Amino acid sequence: MSKHHISATVNGDAVEFLCETEDTLLDVLRDQLGLTGTKEGCATGDCGACSVTVDGRLVCSCLMLGVEAKGKSIGTIEGIAQGEALHPLQRKFLEHAALQCGICTPGFLVAAKSLLEKSPDPSETEVRYWLAGNLCRCTGYDKIVRAVLDAAAEMRGA
Amino acid sequence: MRYEAPSSLDQAVALLVNERGEARVLAGGTDLLVQMKTEVIEPVLVVDIKGIAELCQIKEEGGGFRVGAAVTGAELKEHAKLQSTWPGVVEAANLIGSTQIQGRATMGGNLCNGSPAADSVPALIAAGAKATIVGPQGRRDLPVEDVMLAPRKLALAKGEIIASFLLPPKPARSGEAYLRFIPRTEMDIAVVGCGVCLTLDAKGVCTAARVSLGAVAARPLLVAPAAAALIGSKVDDAALRKLDAAAQAACQPIDDKRGTKEYRIKVAGVLARRAAQIALERARKG
Repeated sequence: MSKHHISATVNGDAVEFLCETEDTLLDVLRDQLGLTGTKEGCATGDCGACSVTVDGRLVCSCLMLGVEAKGKSIGTIEGIAQGEALHPLQRKFLEHAALQCGICTPGFLVAAKSLLEKSPDPSETEVRYWLAGNLCRCTGYDKIVRAVLDAAAEMRGA
Repeated sequence: MRYEAPSSLDQAVALLVNERGEARVLAGGTDLLVQMKTEVIEPVLVVDIKGIAELCQIKEEGGGFRVGAAVTGAELKEHAKLQSTWPGVVEAANLIGSTQIQGRATMGGNLCNGSPAADSVPALIAAGAKATIVGPQGRRDLPVEDVMLAPRKLALAKGEIIASFLLPPKPARSGEAYLRFIPRTEMDIAVVGCGVCLTLDAKGVCTAARVSLGAVAARPLLVAPAAAALIGSKVDDAALRKLDAAAQAACQPIDDKRGTKEYRIKVAGVLARRAAQIALERARKG
């Protein structure tokens, strides 16, 4: 069986890749496109470390086949900073020390960015529910939640 | 493994019919990909149905709604009119997994995965939804309660696909709700699930009801005696006690790590009462 030749958009750039049918979008991002910011945690959709957006919708890239990305617009952690300028969420994660080992962090940032695009002024409860599919075994979540709320406030100009 | 993404139902059906090996339909993939990865299943053909427009739409039809089998939980939630008309169905679908899972998971997949604990299924059954099935013999409608036969076993012939769900017109003064019990607040598999839909007359007497239980038998159940406990009553304490007893009597649960038989039976009665009370409040408002 020959490989699939797929064209898609990743972080605004047109990309092409070859993949096997079994390859997940996560496999493609990391192994074909060299975008290793997206992490594999559980590989079964439970931990959210592999969170990306597909046509603006937050998903686990481990639960999507690479072939399904054909014609889609993918957003990953690598697209969040603007050149050298960190995204407010990234700065607030650093300021609040909202990370320790860092494996879950790209997933949290992608998921949090997706929340703030939909809901610029979320309540703490809303943040906690939205991020419930992102597991962190280090921080205890409080710092992450505070960082997201602080970033939201900054982005609103509050 | 082959991957096909047909743009019509006819093409999808033909692909499934013509495949001699194991073929699977891919909608959101939130169950399918996990089962493939863990080699619980090893399909030789995967047919992605998300390229078929009618499977990805929510449309008003005949006073009700037709919801494509590949519509995601996130899209259900964003449909204000569907949400306000059938809040129990939308809430049930939105109990499945995380935000990320909601971005992909579908009610068609939730049903076809064939789990007795599927959250959206008792809500669809209580709502009186029908599944529209397309296959080599054409189209047919099947009440949702008749689709799943046993764990992982569906009343679908080779080549048949669930294309959509038809939610009926909702009568005046009707309300519905779905509740499930899990040992934590979010993201777990139901120990018990219960959907209740009821209709009141102008005097507040229940004239019609449907009660469905999940995770307490080999398949989601439509429990007629539980509905009968509500019909003719004002959904008062006496009726709720009868509902509780009828719901418990319908349970044939298994013991497992999520709950014992005795516990599931008890919780089924409690959830039925609570879901009926929410349905009652909603019926009084609408």
